[in-house]
Amino acid sequence: MLILNALLAGLIFATGLIVSGMANPAKVLGFLDIGGNWDPSLVFVMAGAIAVASVGFAIGRRLKRSLFNAPMSLPTATRIDRRLLAGSAMFGAGWGLAGFCPGPVLLSAGSGEFKAMLFVIAMLVGMKIFSLAEQRATQTN
Amino acid sequence: MSIDLAHFTPLPALAGGLLIGLAATLLVLGNGRIAGISGILGGLLDATSSDRAWRAAFVLGLFVAPWIFRFFTALPVVTITSSPPVLVVAGLLVGIGTRYASGCTSGHGVCGLSRGSIRSLAATATFMAAGFFTVFVTRHLLRF
Repeated sequence: MLILNALLAGLIFATGLIVSGMANPAKVLGFLDIGGNWDPSLVFVMAGAIAVASVGFAIGRRLKRSLFNAPMSLPTATRIDRRLLAGSAMFGAGWGLAGFCPGPVLLSAGSGEFKAMLFVIAMLVGMKIFSLAEQRATQTN
Repeated sequence: MSIDLAHFTPLPALAGGLLIGLAATLLVLGNGRIAGISGILGGLLDATSSDRAWRAAFVLGLFVAPWIFRFFTALPVVTITSSPPVLVVAGLLVGIGTRYASGCTSGHGVCGLSRGSIRSLAATATFMAAGFFTVFVTRHLLRF
């Protein structure tokens, strides 16, 4: 059930991205271009998503186990540190360069866009670089 | 600044957002997990991750959805203007940055803000500001 539910969540998530227009990097760049001709659509995507998910998390917070009996693994970190801010700044720079963030680019790669596949490979390499750097940091400490 | 009325699509944007919120709700209530794409993908790459199956299933859903969508109606046009070298640099930045920040648009932006997390609000404000700044520099100062 856990696997089926995750598959269904992925399908619905991606359908939401397609319907909202956010699978298209040109649309995302239109939102990020506040100095030019600004397309505020992404604000509406966020508002719709948060309106529904805030109800979901309000219920989820009260559960001891998930509906399919998995442990609730919700984030516990609250610290706003340099890793969070520097990482977010790096992510934002990459997002602004190409108009892709992880969800939409996976979807576009899945639909057969060659340029999206290229981005995904670079993104996976970036994630691997992070893992290796973390391993090194724990070994030397 | 001017509003781009020709491309502004509030209703599909809102409808798509509701679906994204529904997906995040399904994952937290069913699996007890955050629908954060970078975290799900990062955990899939991690050799020690024992819970790979649900992560793989979620990513498979992302891959397969456009093909199912295409079965009912035409996929919206996707325009990728960036050159291959820019895509590689951007991909590296997104990969490294989202892992250091422990989240991206979905994990911090949608799920974090829905949980009322101040940490996620700080992350979202930072990546949005960096995105605005980058587009301003590339489009209006360097004129890519």
